[in-house]
Amino acid sequence: MSGSDSEKQTKGATEGKVEEKAAVEVVEKMIPVYIMGKRYEVPEGLTIMKAMEYAGFKFIRGCGCRGGICGACATVYRKPGDYHLYVGLACQTVVEPNMYLAQIPFYPANRASYNFDELKPEPEEIFKLYPEVFRCVACNTCTKVCPMNVEVMDVIAAIKRGDIAKAAALSFDCIQCGLCASRCMGELPQYHIAQLARRLYGSKIAPRAEHLSDAVTAIEEGKFNKMLQELMRLGIEDLKILYQARELEPEMTGEDWQPADKSHLVE
Amino acid sequence: MITISSKKRRSEFAEKLKEIGGESMSLCYQCGQCSATCPMSFAMDIPPRQIIHLVQLGLEQEIATSKTMWVCASCFECSARCPRGVDIAKIMEVLRLMTLRKSIDHVELSDIPQDRLAELPQIALVSCLRKLTA
Amino acid sequence: MRISYYPGCTLKTKSKNLEDSALASMAALGVELVELQRWNCCGTVYSLADDDLVHHLAPLRNLIRAKEEGNSKVVTLCAFCYNTLQRANLLVRNDPEKRKTINSFMDEEEDYEGEVEVVHLLQVLRDDVGWEKLYEQIKLPLKGLKLAPYYGCTLLRPEEAAIDHVEQPTILLELLQTLGAEVVDFPAAAKCCGSYQIVSNPEFVVDCASNILSSALRCGAEVLVTSCPLCDFNLSQMQGELAHRDSEFREMPILYFTQLLALSLGLGPEACRFDLNYIDPRPLLKSKGLLNEKHVTAAKG
Repeated sequence: MSGSDSEKQTKGATEGKVEEKAAVEVVEKMIPVYIMGKRYEVPEGLTIMKAMEYAGFKFIRGCGCRGGICGACATVYRKPGDYHLYVGLACQTVVEPNMYLAQIPFYPANRASYNFDELKPEPEEIFKLYPEVFRCVACNTCTKVCPMNVEVMDVIAAIKRGDIAKAAALSFDCIQCGLCASRCMGELPQYHIAQLARRLYGSKIAPRAEHLSDAVTAIEEGKFNKMLQELMRLGIEDLKILYQARELEPEMTGEDWQPADKSHLVE
Repeated sequence: MITISSKKRRSEFAEKLKEIGGESMSLCYQCGQCSATCPMSFAMDIPPRQIIHLVQLGLEQEIATSKTMWVCASCFECSARCPRGVDIAKIMEVLRLMTLRKSIDHVELSDIPQDRLAELPQIALVSCLRKLTA
Repeated sequence: MRISYYPGCTLKTKSKNLEDSALASMAALGVELVELQRWNCCGTVYSLADDDLVHHLAPLRNLIRAKEEGNSKVVTLCAFCYNTLQRANLLVRNDPEKRKTINSFMDEEEDYEGEVEVVHLLQVLRDDVGWEKLYEQIKLPLKGLKLAPYYGCTLLRPEEAAIDHVEQPTILLELLQTLGAEVVDFPAAAKCCGSYQIVSNPEFVVDCASNILSSALRCGAEVLVTSCPLCDFNLSQMQGELAHRDSEFREMPILYFTQLLALSLGLGPEACRFDLNYIDPRPLLKSKGLLNEKHVTAAKG
């Protein structure tokens, strides 16, 4: 937004005084939001995070990636006359009038200590480290409070019945913000439990991509060294020619398509 | 020495019990069928029949120090056999809740050895935590 | 025939033998048990306090799932799960105020008024399949096998949830007789195994197990038949301790009724998953000629 404003202003300056005035007269609608119980007027269209900064708050530590993935800016809010609790990430959620908000940057959750290499890919390993998983009463409050729409209750249900793969798949979008743990009746640390499930699945249960390890071996054995050295010796014009002339996989083709020049393929 | 008084009979404890446990304990005429049929009575310091009598009299202290409700297995034989329809199993649960709801657990998860946690079927752990923890 | 099926957590891990033998034998009888696509732990026990509603959410959610998938009935194998689901269902059917509060709390779910019927597999065998029809399908009658039908607590108590007469049940007797076995009724058939006390006071569970097993042994039983993973665990685990205390104690295998059903339908020992039982029943079954290869027939395709 600021980019286009300055563009307008520059344009206005070169086109005369009248244009400049019109450009500067763009007025933003201000809406009230409540931060920590106190009312602030902020420009409409800002994210919660930007609105808080507009109001004078500074995010000094931990917050964050500003891209919706680090989980540090988890925000809980209410709307007037509505009993529901709403959640969102401050860096992604746009402010609404009379939003009554609070930040939960961190919530203490029991994190078990373990030597990952020694763990077997069995559900009993999770039961041993997080026996509180059996305290879940399926109240679904965790799911309701997740800003990433992860079905947290279903993740825990899968773990209770030993289905690590399902728990890993369902919790894929988890950003470890801790809101689930903050509301949990059974005092479970759902996001830590889910993380262990994902780690066990990814490292010890998921089938290996054999073609990948074959490719890595080929690289380590130096299969591509000669080719790389040849390319590094070429000048930029030759590289450009080679690049333009390279063979491309056609857009619509079967899985068994092979290039004409097979010399650099991993068998 | 136990003091019986109408103050205790109508105490907050007695009222709360009735509120969440129903009024069936007033029907008990101390026949002892529950104690006779209870599979865990051998391990109880105060047998079920006496617990119901203490409940009728509102004697909170005497009940609070008893092991009985923690040894109960919720098998429902007492309630099924009672000739008067007293729901002893439910009363036992309410007595447990009077303590559990003060955030006082009867079982600590950290006391259970890890290999036991791996060995026990989920059904055992979930039911134990539900009955004996807050 | 297709019936919606709720497994429960333990059947997916420690009691696979109950699930596998049930699915195989019911399939052989022409009944497909279709697992609910989405389900959660039922909570194992039914909450008894009048003011507690939150602990009913877990079982009720599963009934809502059954309803969502278009089912009017859901069957379960685990006796514990059966009891909890049934009682929660009855609560919602009989108490309009609690039903209203529960539905209003679960605002992310559709309203549930008790539309789904909860049954245990034994009821399905008795009422939907029928003993006579079952008898016609028996390929390997369990002759010479002395079975003690053990009900435990949750199939018969409280009365509102009971699948049979509370004091004099006959459903297991009828099933096992249909399978051709000799049924040994014994006084402790509905005595509690100790239940969750196995976690908190295992020393008391030894006494419960002793009562039940020695009662069955004295009446001449060779195998105890059960429907509950917790009873199976408690009664099996304690046998080592009992043998230690009493030199006359004889080890008694514990089998799920579905395993015996699968065996008698001629599905073969692999389908019965005897490999998963805590106490291996195969030596005993072999001595009775029930593991003889020529009796094995292929499972119905």
